[in-house]
Amino acid sequence: MSTSLLTTDARTKKRNAAEARFKAYGLGAIIVAMFALVILLTSVLGNGLSSFKQTFIALEVELPEDKLDKSGVRDLAVMSKVTTIGYAPILRNALLATLAEQGIETELSNKEISNMISKEAAATVRNRVLGNPDLVGQTVRFDVLASGRIDGFFKGRVTMESAALDNNTSPEALEIAQALADAGIMQTKFNWNFFVWPDASDQRPEAAGIGVAILGSLYMMLVVLCLALPIGVASSIYLEEFAPKNRWTDIIEVNISNLAAVPSIVFGILGLAIFINFMEFNQSSPLVGGLVLTLMTLPTIIISTRAALKSVPPSIRDAALGVGASKMQSVFHHVLPLAAPGILTGTIIGLAQALGETAPLLLIGMVAFVREYPAAFTPESGLFGEASTALPVQVYNWTQRADPGFVERASGAIITLLVFLLIMNAVAIYLRRRFERRW
Amino acid sequence: MEDMIQMDRTMSTQQDIKIEAKGVQVYYADNHAIKDVDVNIADKTVTAFIGPSGCGKSTFLRCLNRMNDTIDICRVEGKILLDGEDIYDPKVDPVQLRAKVGMVFQKPNPFPKSIYDNVAYGPKIHGLARNKADLDEIVEQSLRKAALWNEVKDRLNAPGTGMSGGQQQRLCIARAIATAPEVLLMDEPCSALDPIATAQVEELIDELRQSFSVVIVTHSMQQAARVSQKTAFFHLGNLVEFDDTDKIFTNPQDPRTESYISGRIG
Repeated sequence: MSTSLLTTDARTKKRNAAEARFKAYGLGAIIVAMFALVILLTSVLGNGLSSFKQTFIALEVELPEDKLDKSGVRDLAVMSKVTTIGYAPILRNALLATLAEQGIETELSNKEISNMISKEAAATVRNRVLGNPDLVGQTVRFDVLASGRIDGFFKGRVTMESAALDNNTSPEALEIAQALADAGIMQTKFNWNFFVWPDASDQRPEAAGIGVAILGSLYMMLVVLCLALPIGVASSIYLEEFAPKNRWTDIIEVNISNLAAVPSIVFGILGLAIFINFMEFNQSSPLVGGLVLTLMTLPTIIISTRAALKSVPPSIRDAALGVGASKMQSVFHHVLPLAAPGILTGTIIGLAQALGETAPLLLIGMVAFVREYPAAFTPESGLFGEASTALPVQVYNWTQRADPGFVERASGAIITLLVFLLIMNAVAIYLRRRFERRW
Repeated sequence: MEDMIQMDRTMSTQQDIKIEAKGVQVYYADNHAIKDVDVNIADKTVTAFIGPSGCGKSTFLRCLNRMNDTIDICRVEGKILLDGEDIYDPKVDPVQLRAKVGMVFQKPNPFPKSIYDNVAYGPKIHGLARNKADLDEIVEQSLRKAALWNEVKDRLNAPGTGMSGGQQQRLCIARAIATAPEVLLMDEPCSALDPIATAQVEELIDELRQSFSVVIVTHSMQQAARVSQKTAFFHLGNLVEFDDTDKIFTNPQDPRTESYISGRIG
C-alpha cells in the first residue's frame, strides 16, 4: 500500500525540522556578526569622527618688531633666536585684546589665558614669521589652535564639572570660550590638518595628526608590493607549474602553509635579528617595516596565487601545449592571465592585512615618536631608510597616552585605517570583476 | 559509394608510412597501460583507434606528440618514428614535435580570446608569419579548411568561447592546422557534440585527409567506419587488430574484435 503524498511521514518531518534548525543557526550567526559590526562601527565612529574637527580661535595678532626682530633688518639668523617662548605672550596679548574688544570681562591670570591657546600655536606663528619676515611689524590674522581642553569642551569631552577638578583649565575659561564661540571668534571646523600633521607630544593632543603615519604606511606598502608580489607570484608559478611533485616540494608546501599561520610578532623578532642587528638597516625605517611585512605577506600571496593557478582548467594548458607552445609560453600567455583576478585579489588582501599589522612593527622600533616626515630617499639613509611610524602603530601609541584628547585621535586614525582597507577591498572586488573571464 | 570508399582505401594503403611505432610500452607508475604496441600510420590517411574505455587508445594517441610528458608518473618505452626519426630521442624538443603533430582534444578548449587570436596563436609563437598580412592569410586559410570561415568571417574579434560547441571544436581544428602540422591527432573530437555538429566535423576530417595524416580516437564504431580507412582495435592495453577499416568491421580476425564490434564487450 502506498502512502499519500499529502501527508508528511515521520522521516520527512524530521528532515525538514533539521533543515529549519540549521537555517536558524545560520541566521543567528549572521545576526551576532552584524551586531558586533554595528557595535564596532558606532564605538569607533562615535569616538573618532570628532577628531576630524578642531577648534580654532581667529586672532588678529600684532607682531611687534621690538620683540621678534631686535636687529630690525629681518636677519633670519637673529630672528630665529626668538623661540616659541617669545611668541607665546604675543598670542596671549592678542587673545586679551580680542576679549577686551568683545567686551568680555575676565579675572583669569595670564597663565590661565595662555592655557586656552594650544602650545602648538606659538610654533605655528613662529614658522609663519620665519617663512615670511615681512610680516613683522604688521597685524596679521591667524587661525590659532585652541588648547585640547577648550576643544574638548566644544566636543562634549570636557564639562564644567570636570574642568573644576582640572589643573589645565577652569570653568571660567570655559565660559570665556563659550562667549568667544557665541561671538563667532572661536569655531570648531573641519580639520584637514589631521591627515597632514605629524604626531605631537603628550601636552598637545589638539596638534597631533597622522601625516607621518600615513606616509610611513604608504612607503611600507610600496616595499611590500614591489617585493611580495613578484617573489610570491614567481614562487607559486614555479611550485605549481614547473616543480616536480616530490618529497621536497611537499615539504616546501607544508612549510609555506605553516608560515601563513605563524604569529606576526615572530616575524618582528626575525626582522629585528636579520634586518637591524645583522644587516644594520636603520631602526624604525619603512624599509625594515616593509621587509618584515613582506615576509609576513608572502605566504598569503603564494597560497592564493597557487589556488588561482590551480583553478585554471587543465584543458587550457593542454590546448597551448597542443599547438606547440613551450611550458613557459603556456603559463605566461594563457594560464597567468586567467589566474590574474585571483592573484590580484590575494595580493590586495595580503596588503590590507599588512597595512593593519602592528605587532612586528613594535619590535623593529616603529613605535618611536616621529615628528619629521620621512623622505623617500636620502643619500645617508638610503631608500625608505628614515625613521617613520605607521598607522596601526600610531593608534597603539595614542591609546597609551594620558590626555583624553588622544582617545579621539586614536579613533580618528582607526577610521582612516578602515577607510583605506575598505578602499583596497573595493579595488580587489573591482579588479576581480573587471578581469574575470569565462572559459 | 561503397566502391569509391573501397578505392580510396586501396589507394591509401599504398601510401608512405608517416608514423611507425615499434614495441611501445607505457607505464603509469606500476600500471602497464600500453603493452608492446606496433603500428604503422600511413600518410594522408585517416586512422581510427577504437576500443572499450580504459583500453589505452587515448594514452597511445598522446604518446604520438609526447603530451604524456606532462604527466610525471608516465613512462614510455619503445620507439615511435616520425618520418624515420625517433620522437623520444633525447635531442628532440617536444615543442618542435608538437608543431609538426597537432592535436584536437575531446572537449572543445578554445583559448578565452578572440576567434582570430585563437587561430593566430600557433603561427605567432612559431614565427610562421612575417607580417600582419601573412598572419591574416594563415588565419583565413585555416578557418576555411576547418569549414568555419563563412560563419565567423564577420566576427573574428568575438570571443572563441562564445560559439556553439560544434563551432568551438572546428575552431580548435583550425587552431591545430594553422601551425601547418603534418599529422593531426584527434582525441574523441565529437564526443561533446550533437549529431549535426558531429556530421560537420566528420565531413571536415574527410577533407583534412587530403593534406594531413589524421589519427582519430573514437568511442563510436559507426564513426570509425564512416571516416577512417584504417582501424586499430585496442583492448586492455594491447593492440588486438590493425587493418583496413572495412576488413575490421566485416571480417575481423580476432574473436575479441568481433565481440566488441558486435557489442558483446565494451
